[in-house]
Amino acid sequence: MKTYKQVFSELDRAALIPFFVVGDPDFDTSLEIIKGAIDAGADILELGIPFSDPIADGPTIQKADIRAIKSGMNVARALEFIKQIKNYKDIPIGLLMYYNLIYQYGTGKFFEDFHKAGVNSVLVADLSIDDGDEIIGSAASAGLDTVFMVTPNTAPDRIKLIVSKTTGFIYTVSVLGVTGSRDNLSGTIEDLIGDLKKLTSVPVCVGFGISKPEHAAAVARAGADGVIIGSKIVGLIEKNLNNKTEMIVEISAFLTQVMDAISR
Amino acid sequence: MKYKGRFGDYGGFYVPEVLIPALEELEEAFFHYHHDEQFVNELEQLSKHYAGRPSPLYFAQRFSEHVGFRVYLKREDLLHGGAHKVNNTLGQGLLAKYMGKTKLIAETGAGQHGLATAMIGALFGMETKIFMGVTDIERQSVNVHKMKLCGAEVVGVEGGTGTLKDAINDALRYWTAHVTDTFYLFGSAAGPHPYPTIVKHFQSCIGAEARQQCLDQIGRLPDMVVACVGGGSNAIGIFSGFYDDKDVRLIGVEAGGRSVAGGKHAATLVAGRVGILHGAKSYLLQDKEGQVYDTESVSAGLDYAAVGPEHCMLKDTGRAEYFAAEDEEVLDAFELLTRSEGILPALESSHALAYVMQQKGKLDSDTIAVVNLSGRGDKDVSIVEKHRPIEQ
Repeated sequence: MKTYKQVFSELDRAALIPFFVVGDPDFDTSLEIIKGAIDAGADILELGIPFSDPIADGPTIQKADIRAIKSGMNVARALEFIKQIKNYKDIPIGLLMYYNLIYQYGTGKFFEDFHKAGVNSVLVADLSIDDGDEIIGSAASAGLDTVFMVTPNTAPDRIKLIVSKTTGFIYTVSVLGVTGSRDNLSGTIEDLIGDLKKLTSVPVCVGFGISKPEHAAAVARAGADGVIIGSKIVGLIEKNLNNKTEMIVEISAFLTQVMDAISR
Repeated sequence: MKYKGRFGDYGGFYVPEVLIPALEELEEAFFHYHHDEQFVNELEQLSKHYAGRPSPLYFAQRFSEHVGFRVYLKREDLLHGGAHKVNNTLGQGLLAKYMGKTKLIAETGAGQHGLATAMIGALFGMETKIFMGVTDIERQSVNVHKMKLCGAEVVGVEGGTGTLKDAINDALRYWTAHVTDTFYLFGSAAGPHPYPTIVKHFQSCIGAEARQQCLDQIGRLPDMVVACVGGGSNAIGIFSGFYDDKDVRLIGVEAGGRSVAGGKHAATLVAGRVGILHGAKSYLLQDKEGQVYDTESVSAGLDYAAVGPEHCMLKDTGRAEYFAAEDEEVLDAFELLTRSEGILPALESSHALAYVMQQKGKLDSDTIAVVNLSGRGDKDVSIVEKHRPIEQ
């Protein structure tokens, strides 16, 4: 199974990391979209299993969660979904989860089952480093890397603590706020990337609000090891719900543009 | 954070990283000011002259005759704004002021907490935004209008069923993007630490007063204290005065909705399973996998899938007992109190009265029950009219 380490050490540019809600808008279409993203050059996938109350997400991903739940996606089917992606290509996968779904499944068993299916890490959006011990031990014994968030308002001492417990990559949130496309990047993100790079050798990936190729290029230039793009491409799913061919074409085309921008 | 905010294994602060600094700041400010002399004095003055504390303890004689034992009402419905919510919004609003915050946000279900926040926003001259589900906006239009009259902006929330859970989701999301200058005035003894502790602190005046009033007016403590439970703020407020009185039964009454057996309800402690929502571990109404159920109740204020963490602990230890009252029983209770005493109870508080009515014929006539009449029912008149039209 391909590791984050292998990906980051092989690349001489920032990794391209698209985010999808699995099963959005339905199992088969979602799988086709993700295969398209892999073909367009995605280096790592960030995947969310839909949850009824995604408090860290803006309207675009909330709607994706609803579409996916309505189409019948659930934790058991997500396991099958991930296995099918891994059959297509051995690409590292990070899950982005809300804690209750993991807790109900049983934390240890969740990590074991999803690691076996081909997942490399699980980021829990509503579990901070303060309660990190609820997952770190069982993640490690299952063979998973840890991924935690750092936000623009995280205090320096806290950043050090987070960095010390992270083995996969730092998920650096570019703005104060929830997920969603934005016209402009936060002015402080480049400083934050710089600070993190001084503190740690763990890769630094940046997400939330990156919605244009030039945003991706800017964070890559600032030293980010990876660029995570969610709402922008999930928005393309919503926009093309009546035309699945166009949906897949537009997402792949957008990711190709981003790849060009971060490869320059 | 300085403290874990746990009640047994319940509670905690399960929130995205971006909210941690705001919760830390709030925790620090609360523990700094809650015993600060100037803060305590100012809150005491406001509670007395603005909100109307202490609230009376009233012997409801005709209602008592109907149920066959002695029922006393803790009249939180007489407070400014028409509910116990003002105790908490004055406390947290003052805390916001001492912290130098200039903007308030709040979630609301029935609109009582939204109104109580809008009042305090007007009182302190703070910009106020209230998040409210679109279903609740429709069924509580009078409160919506009152909030607007106080100068608050009411933000309609469309997600889910357009009720309290969805309002909290969007208030949390908004707070995430505005943490630096905005104070989130949380309305229930639920949500992430330190809110359950803060809300209980500001609502504990209910229990302290009620206990003393029992001793002064009746000459003894009651046999039971009954309160409705949605998130659980009025219940935790009155229960807290009687924790150490082991002979006083503490009884929380949840929303049985159309039917607890049929799954159309909001009886979290009665029928839920432990999970994590809105920053806390608590009992939760959810499916097998952990997706949170849409709840149902005639009373918007109890229409919530989670519940305050301290109530979860009180249930597990057996110190408090929790039951459900279904919509029809609640409407019966509303009618009985109104007819026998001329007091219109809020549909939320009517759940506690419905439990008392369920005990008719089961308790000795010298039994004393204190019911927390947490709010008045003016806001619910059109709902009651719809369910129980008055024949001409």
